[in-house]
Formats: sequence, C-alpha cells, structure tokens
Amino acid sequence: MKYNDTLIDNILYKRIILLLSRFGALSMQVIDKNANKSYEQELANFEQKIADEQKIEPSDWMPEAYRKNVIRQMSQHAHSEIIGMQPEGNWLTRAPSLRRKAILLSKVQDEAGHGLYLYSATETLGINRSEMIAALQSGEAKYAQIFNYPTLTWADVGAIGWLVDGAAIVNQISLQRTSYGPYARSMVRICKEESFHQRQGYEALYAMAHGTPVQKQMAQDALNRIWWPSLMMFGPHDADSAHSSQSMAWKIKRISNDELRQSFIDQSVPQIEVLGLEMPDPEIKWNEERGHYDSGEINWQEFKEVVNGAGPCNYQRIKHHKNAHQEGEWVREAVRSYKEKRAKKQNETAA
Amino acid sequence: MIDTFVIHEQKPLYRFILALADDSLTLSHRLAQWCSNGPYLEEDIALSNVALDYIGRARMFYQYAAKLEDKGRTEDDLAYLRNEREFTNLLIHELPKGDFAFTMVRQFFVDVFYNLYLEELLKSSDENVVAIAAKSIKETRYHLKRSKPWIRQLAEGTEESRQRILNALEELKDFVGELFEMPTWEQELCDAGIAPDRSALQQPWDDYVQKFLAISDIDYHDTVLRIRGGRDGIHTEHLGHMLCDMQFLQRSHPNMQW
Ligand SMILES: [Fe+2]
Ligand SMILES: [Fe+2]
Ligand SMILES: [Fe+2]
Repeated sequence: MKYNDTLIDNILYKRIILLLSRFGALSMQVIDKNANKSYEQELANFEQKIADEQKIEPSDWMPEAYRKNVIRQMSQHAHSEIIGMQPEGNWLTRAPSLRRKAILLSKVQDEAGHGLYLYSATETLGINRSEMIAALQSGEAKYAQIFNYPTLTWADVGAIGWLVDGAAIVNQISLQRTSYGPYARSMVRICKEESFHQRQGYEALYAMAHGTPVQKQMAQDALNRIWWPSLMMFGPHDADSAHSSQSMAWKIKRISNDELRQSFIDQSVPQIEVLGLEMPDPEIKWNEERGHYDSGEINWQEFKEVVNGAGPCNYQRIKHHKNAHQEGEWVREAVRSYKEKRAKKQNETAA
Repeated sequence: MIDTFVIHEQKPLYRFILALADDSLTLSHRLAQWCSNGPYLEEDIALSNVALDYIGRARMFYQYAAKLEDKGRTEDDLAYLRNEREFTNLLIHELPKGDFAFTMVRQFFVDVFYNLYLEELLKSSDENVVAIAAKSIKETRYHLKRSKPWIRQLAEGTEESRQRILNALEELKDFVGELFEMPTWEQELCDAGIAPDRSALQQPWDDYVQKFLAISDIDYHDTVLRIRGGRDGIHTEHLGHMLCDMQFLQRSHPNMQW
C-alpha cells in the first residue's frame, strides 16, 4: 500500500511533464522537417506510422478527426476516474475497520491521481483542463455509466473494486498499445495501481462472502446489482458502436467491445465461484466449443438511458461536481489574486 | 463532578495513548470529508494524503493502546465500539470541516502544534511512543510546509478569502488552549519521562503562529484556555454525529469480521 506517498502532487506532475516534454521535443524536429508537405503527404506519413505500430506523439502531425477522437476518449477516461471518486467516497467515513478505511481512502486518492494524470496527458492535444471540466459539467463529455449507480452497502465498495476496476484493467491493458503515445504510457502506469484496487476489492468481498449470513447476503446483493452495469462498461455490441470502426482503424482502440467483454466474463466467472456466490446471470454457462462462457443479453435499454442521463445518480454526480467546483471558486480566485500581487511586487522591486 | 464513566480509572499510560489515537482518528475523519470536494483536484489528493497519515497514526496508537490494555481488544474495538463519553480527543480535532479556510487554519494550528509536540515525544522513555513519533514527525513537517502557504495565499488573496481566514481564526481561538493543558495524570507521565509537557509548548506555539500571521498583517493574540473537556470525554455536539457515521456498520452488525 502506498499511502505515505506524500509527495504525490508535485512528483507526479514533474514526472508527467518530463515524460511528455521528452517525446514532444523529439517530434518537434519531425514537424520542422515536414513543414512544407501537403495534406496528402502528411496523411500518408501518419497512416504509415500507424501501420508500423509507431506511436503518435503530441507534436506529430495528425488528422483533426484523430485528435478529436483521442481527446474524446482520454477526457472521458479522466472524467470517469474523477466521478468514480463519488460512489466510493460515499463510504470513506463509514468503512467498517481502520484497515479498510485506509485502503479505501488510498484507492480513491489513486483515482484522483489517475484523473490528474489523464487530464495532463490529454492537455498535450491542445485542450486544457478547465475546458474538459466545462464539457463534463455541461453533459457534452461523458464518463463511465457505471458511476451513475448508487453504492448502497459496504459490499458495493468491494464489488466495485473487484468488478469495475477489473473491467477497467481489461480495457486498459488493451490500451497500453493504443496509438497515441501519452495515452499508451499513462495506461502502463495506471494499470499497476488498478490491479491493487481490484485485489483489495475482491478481498473485501471475499471476507463478506465467507462471513456471517448477513454479510454473505450483502455480498450477493452487491454482485447481482453491479454485475450488469460492469458488463455495460465495455460499451455497445461491436455492430452498434458509433465510434468503434474508426478508432480501430487508427489503432486508438485495439480490441473490440465484445471481445473485451468476453474476456472480462471469462476471468470473472471462476472468481465468483471462489467467492462461493451464486451467478448473477442464470444463463452463464461454459461453452466448450467456443472456449468461452456464454451469458445472457444485457439490458441495452437501461444502458442507453443511463448513458443519456437518466440513471439513478446522473444528476447527483454532476451536481456534486459542480457544487464542489463552485464552492472552490473563491479559493482559486484568491490564489490568482495572490499570484498577481506577488508578481507585481517582484516587478516593482526589480524596476 | 461525579464521573459515571471509567476514564479516570484508566491507567495513565493507556489513557494517554488512547487519547492520542482519538486525536488522530477524529482529525482524519474531517480531512477525509474533503475527498471529491476540494477546490482543486490536487487538493483532494493532498488532503487525502494528510488524512491517510492521520489514520496511520491513529492505528499505531490504537494498536499500542490495545496491547497496553491487554484485554484482547483490537484497534477496531477501540475505534468503533467506544461511545461519545469515552472518546478523549482534544476538541479541535473533531470540529466539522467547515469551509476550506477553516480546514486550513485548523490544519496550520495543529501542524505547528505537532511539530513542537512530536519533537518532544521523540524524547519519551517509552520506545513504542518514540517509534510512532519518529514516523509521524516526518509527515507533520511536510504537512506544515503545505498549510503555511495556504494561510498566506488566502490571507493575502482577495477580500473574501482574507475574511474567511479571519473568521476561522476567530472560530478556532477558543479551542487552542486545550492543546496545552496538563491534567494531573498526564503530568505524572511527564514526570516519569514518558509524556511531553504540553504547557511548555504554548509560548513557542504563540510565538510561531503570531510571527507567521504577522507577515500577512494579522495581529493574533496570546492563547487563553477557554473551551475544554475532550480529555474527560466532554465534547462538542459534533462528535456524536461523527461516531454515528463512523461506527454505523460495526454497531449495526456487531461481532463480524470485515
Ligand atoms: Fe483509476
Ligand atoms: Fe480507470
Ligand atoms: Fe481504480
């Protein structure tokens, strides 16, 4: 556990800047060299890089649609980390033991760190954090639909760590090979922490599933409720996915929604068995021929509703985010004003 | 006053360690409440870090207290199964988080205090206490490095932020004196070389705080003991609500492993 990482705020930032600027500097030369190329030449060059599995770096030429697509995906990922702090944060003051409390706070803090890291990485595409936050608050940008469900019992915290972080890992491992360099590198770093999150969540749920009947009931209930929204995290079926084909062609996305979902189901079923809980989906059955588990159909109507704002907590999550932001405005104003005054003073003494 | 609770019958060392644990736990609770509510994402992370340091500190003290008590109770029994009259934290730690100015002024106050206090605690003749102090003081030095610039930025930022700092200073002033109070039982531990003399820290604390606030043109008075009672289990009304929240699972589902 890394809860004494007290320098996280500045060390993390320095690392990000170093990481990004190093690659940025390298590719600056590429830009100069290519200054007179036509759009077609640039595009051909870009597509060749994608075909050769080379990473696209911040100052490389890229089609506007690629830039927008990556911004959409990265900022959505960043927002998910941030909004995800709320349902788990809901249990910070009520965690049932000091050890669990420390682990949970450490996890939620990690998620904040992931959000911060991803916002910075997205900024390399020429958008700033306030613009991204404005898009989140206006509803223009999305975040993972799973966080629009409430955490009702302590078991939900375990189930989220295990299933939601578990689903995130499946997705993020595939994104370690995404074509945009800063995104790929951020996934490598973030995945390490996500596996710790998944383990602690599973362990918390395991303790309950092997505890008293009341605890076991809570664990089963959490699994039943969180299972389906976790499967929805991978997005619509491949055939119905709006952004998928272009994202796959540009290698922003490396593995399809349905394939990722299948590997998540395959990894989770044996884990449910170890917990000794009932399957949350009666249709889950091993398919010898496919070498995968079959499972029931997802309620896509519910998915659509939650993505489009009608989930149980959509309004609450954004309202919470806006409130915190508004309540902090006087602080940010004070910091700006303090800096201005200091700069003015320094100018006066220099003059 | 007739004491219907058993705090006064506790052995001084146990009482001392348990009180320090309660100080840390209640403050960590308030700090953790900033998570997802801070003015900057960076601040969510930083305040969570401080909260984590205090949870860690609370756990070390509770574990040691449980060992001293030697009745088979655990850190969690001590944190989750004692009532509001049995908690003995000093009141400043339990006050609600308030606005960001209140949180930072409280933090600045306790950071200055613990920088002085833990330095003395390092000299304790009890090696368990020294080990906890050694780990904690590094954290506390870092906390002060963070709280000081916040006080300055807010005190010298806008009219509003300055007013909020002044309000927080006013609201907290009556709770500071208790930090320096030395009850007889603690004095006994002090005489035995185990506990630091809190009363000796008041002057250095006043000097430090006054000098620092003076940079921002704030004239701060000497500490006077006003509201007291935490060490005797006499709290503000806020503690009961905190315990309702914190202890809810352990209370509604007793005797379970989590
Ligand atoms: Fe994360
Ligand atoms: Fe994530
Ligand atoms: Fe995570």
